[in-house]
Amino acid sequence: MNMPTYWVHVTIENKSGISDPEGETILNDLVLQGKFSSVSKINSAKLLKFQINEKNKKLAKKKIERLCDELRIFNPMVSKLSINIITD
Amino acid sequence: MKVGIVVFPGSNCDRDIFHVLTDVFDLEAEYFWHEKHLPSKIDAVILPGGFSYGDRLRAGVIAAHSPIISDVKSMAKKGVPVLGICNGFQILVESGLLPGVLLKNTTMNFMCKWINLIVQNNNTPFTNKLKLGQKISIPIANGEGRYFADNKTLKELQEKNQIVFTYEESLNGSSLNIAGVCNESGNVVGMMPHPERAVESEINPTDNKPSSLIFESLLKTAGIEK
Repeated sequence: MNMPTYWVHVTIENKSGISDPEGETILNDLVLQGKFSSVSKINSAKLLKFQINEKNKKLAKKKIERLCDELRIFNPMVSKLSINIITD
Repeated sequence: MKVGIVVFPGSNCDRDIFHVLTDVFDLEAEYFWHEKHLPSKIDAVILPGGFSYGDRLRAGVIAAHSPIISDVKSMAKKGVPVLGICNGFQILVESGLLPGVLLKNTTMNFMCKWINLIVQNNNTPFTNKLKLGQKISIPIANGEGRYFADNKTLKELQEKNQIVFTYEESLNGSSLNIAGVCNESGNVVGMMPHPERAVESEINPTDNKPSSLIFESLLKTAGIEK
């Protein structure tokens, strides 16, 4: 039986309170210099898109959650994850 | 004494370490590719600097899953001295052998300059010939050298005397200006600066003696007096 294919998007970003010099530089040296003064904060993040074959959405998400934990895709001391299934 | 130098794809300070160990300090050294195993006859292990796996995902994280790291872990558990320099330090924290994490410098720059370190713990196999509070002139060369740990971990590091080196001045946003830490037993040490680039007077613009003491400490640990 062919299992369906899902795209699971994993976003890794700093927890609040952990400084993000990349986001700060983009804000202070590009966006605010470009006079977009209503922008008050930029957080940089890394996005990984996993293509995975699993029986259903729930299992696909669960597998990716386990993978991120076991392989230290993120460092829990400083980063947080958000995991979203985009397509099926 | 024989020192194992672990080589990952992207390591680039492995030959510098080899040169210093063998030509400057008359030690035996051997390279070990990250896919191999470490033989038990190795007396100390050094993880050199560089850009293992091109710093993909996060500096050190992919190398931390290399087959050889399980050997490094079991040797560390037995008390074998392990030193991680720069990317080697990043690999040690990502493998869980040392606490904390190394983040992008707050300056966003790749920082390459001579700085001063202050010795905070002279009770490790790599610092036992240094004096507490001693100043070491040494180069750094990193983009992700900002040591970070949460407050609980920082408190533990202080209580258990695991902070080995600090920067003399605030440099890259590191918590408590930390430049190097050790594990609870003290045999695993990680540091961002490069002692192998500072031990010879020909390439050290100030004083090469304090950096030399890092390697002389290893000799002393092995019972070799220089």
